[in-house]
Amino acid sequence: MNTKKQIVEGSHAVAEIMKNLRPAVVAAYPITPQTHIVEDLAKMKDNGEADFEFINAESEFSAASMVLGASATGVRTYTATSSQGLLLMTEVLFNIAGMRLPVVVTCANRAISSPINIWNDQQDSVTIRDAGWLQLYAETNQEAVDLHILAYKLAESLMLPVMVNMDGFVLTHTFESVEIPEVSLIKKFLPDYLAPKDSTLDTANSRSLGTFATPERYLEIRQELFEDVAAAKKEIVRQNSEFKKVFGRGIGNGLIEEYKTKDADIILVAMGSVCGTIKEVIDQLRTKGKKVGLLKIISFRPFPDVEIVKALSKVKYVAVVDKAISIGTEGILATEIKRACYGQLKAQISSFVVGLGGRDITEKMISDIVDLAKVKTGKIGFVGR
Amino acid sequence: MPKYTNPFEHLLNPGHTACPGCGQLIAARHVIDACGPDTIIANATGCLEVTTSKHPTSSWKVPWIHSLFENPSAVASGILAAIKHKGLDGKVKVLAQGGDGSTFDIGFGLISGMWERGDNILYVCYDTEVYSNTGYQASGATPLDAFTRTTWPGKKSLGNRMFKKNMLEIALAHRVGYVATTTSGYIEDIKRKVKKAWDTPGPKFIHILTPCVPGWGIEDNQAIELGKLAQKTGFFPVVEFVNGELVSSMKVPQDAPKVDEYLKYHARFKHLFKDPKGAEQIKILQKICNDNIAKYNLK
Ligand SMILES: Cc1ncc(C[n+]2csc(CCOP(=O)(O)OP(=O)(O)O)c2C)c(N)n1
Repeated sequence: MNTKKQIVEGSHAVAEIMKNLRPAVVAAYPITPQTHIVEDLAKMKDNGEADFEFINAESEFSAASMVLGASATGVRTYTATSSQGLLLMTEVLFNIAGMRLPVVVTCANRAISSPINIWNDQQDSVTIRDAGWLQLYAETNQEAVDLHILAYKLAESLMLPVMVNMDGFVLTHTFESVEIPEVSLIKKFLPDYLAPKDSTLDTANSRSLGTFATPERYLEIRQELFEDVAAAKKEIVRQNSEFKKVFGRGIGNGLIEEYKTKDADIILVAMGSVCGTIKEVIDQLRTKGKKVGLLKIISFRPFPDVEIVKALSKVKYVAVVDKAISIGTEGILATEIKRACYGQLKAQISSFVVGLGGRDITEKMISDIVDLAKVKTGKIGFVGR
Repeated sequence: MPKYTNPFEHLLNPGHTACPGCGQLIAARHVIDACGPDTIIANATGCLEVTTSKHPTSSWKVPWIHSLFENPSAVASGILAAIKHKGLDGKVKVLAQGGDGSTFDIGFGLISGMWERGDNILYVCYDTEVYSNTGYQASGATPLDAFTRTTWPGKKSLGNRMFKKNMLEIALAHRVGYVATTTSGYIEDIKRKVKKAWDTPGPKFIHILTPCVPGWGIEDNQAIELGKLAQKTGFFPVVEFVNGELVSSMKVPQDAPKVDEYLKYHARFKHLFKDPKGAEQIKILQKICNDNIAKYNLK
């Protein structure tokens, strides 16, 4: 057996897959709801089950800096965080992407202070969308496990950092049945990491990394990062189908997943665990003859513009369901969808905001959204107040 | 006699863009030479970084990384962990370095974390007593009464109101195994201390006073001389602690020069000699010297 199926907590599933992904250096700083992941990793290290170097950082800023330093020295690295921790890392996250280091981070998505709130939404990761990281979102704990495997594959083939997002509590603290592939199977997809010699800290081949660029050079370097992140779409699709061959499952085409969209006249667009609730509601509404579908965004960065336009090309109504807002404008995913579809679609696209700070997202709210999407209000819908 | 070294045989090469007579560059060159080629450097943002690493060039002949202003210590911890994992611990040294702004202020918490973890890293602070790279604003290392671009002597001010933070004591409070101070006036002392630091396992901290020509308002041939005078007056004690014990202190002359002998060369202290209230301040600064002499057994 190359894979064991178990009923485990989402965080534990992530820790288990991380052990099997064999990073050399793990740095960690606690924040709810990420804590169980790093606690489990610390335990694995202390029990002798895993041989990575485990560093207790004195802040997330340091934890991110440590994985930066370790990655620049040519080894596989890992850290996890949430919310305030992710924002505290922000300066380092931009730096990691600019330095083209294949760091992988888990973000257990949580609301942002103030008011302080430990529960789930996606304001944290969505806020740092411009850092130059690939961002993938899990709907289930199985997807969270699989996206970590895919994340390392992508990071190390593209030399770009990848953030795997999973909703805090809804996924991290929930027990589900999950298959956690063993090392032997993983190795068929993800070999040991071999860092590029010419951009690694190595006394046999001394290089200067993180040098400063004048106006004559900076633009080209940033443009290159831009183009490489955009081009990562192809690699995600390719690696996702490789993944399917090795593991016998995969998520959509790697970028998006369509659920009952073919004949739909209204499509909801969302990311993360809320997609599970939406699928439930769609099934119920369809028994009543309502033609509703879901477009699940797996890759928020790079943003799959072309695939989205294609998926939405036939519908009249699009309802974007966001767990993150740009204060004073609208849901952030909604803006992204409108930008991607600009001049290409006739559909009416509305922005709905749900679940901020862990507010329960009920089936009724989703079916309300389906009805509200057909009414042209020009306003953002804060649903569930 | 130290032997002459061809400039291109140093591990920090000419071609950098530091000001002529920069105390920091002189010190940094000898620090890395004393560490040797099997060293990886994590460097903070600041003059040392900006003047030596203009893309696509570099003055460094050892592997070198610059990430941010506040994090060379944490980056170094990550490098060290990677090195351990590769089985290179003990073969490759990790040096973290930054200016006083990075060390005393913005990177302070991260350095505390590195020391607490007991990481086998040499941290060197090049102390120009001011944020040099951004144009000479006050840091936690700026001495009392100094003029900086954020502490202007004027009708209501005699310059910096704060005392210089005592990083030496802070390092000792962390039980850092090797803690030493020196200045760019004493090159042989820098080299000796760097080599000795590597004999101590765990964290090590060397604090080097490095005169900044434009920041202090001194001549470009004074970095060495004022590095010496800072020590001789007791204004900057040059000492060495191993496992918390004071093992050496560079003595001041029996008739140690008074602090005004030191201050008078600096444009940043000029106002103390003009303002009638300056004389009182000079007395306070002299007391700082006397206290250092007594505390660190400098006579
Ligand atoms: C987070 C952050 N804040 C501020 C700066 C701007 N900055 C760059 S270098 C520097 C001063 C460096 O001073 P110091 O550490 O004393 O080194 P020196 O230049 O004097 O050698 C400042 C404030 C920055 N790069 N990053």
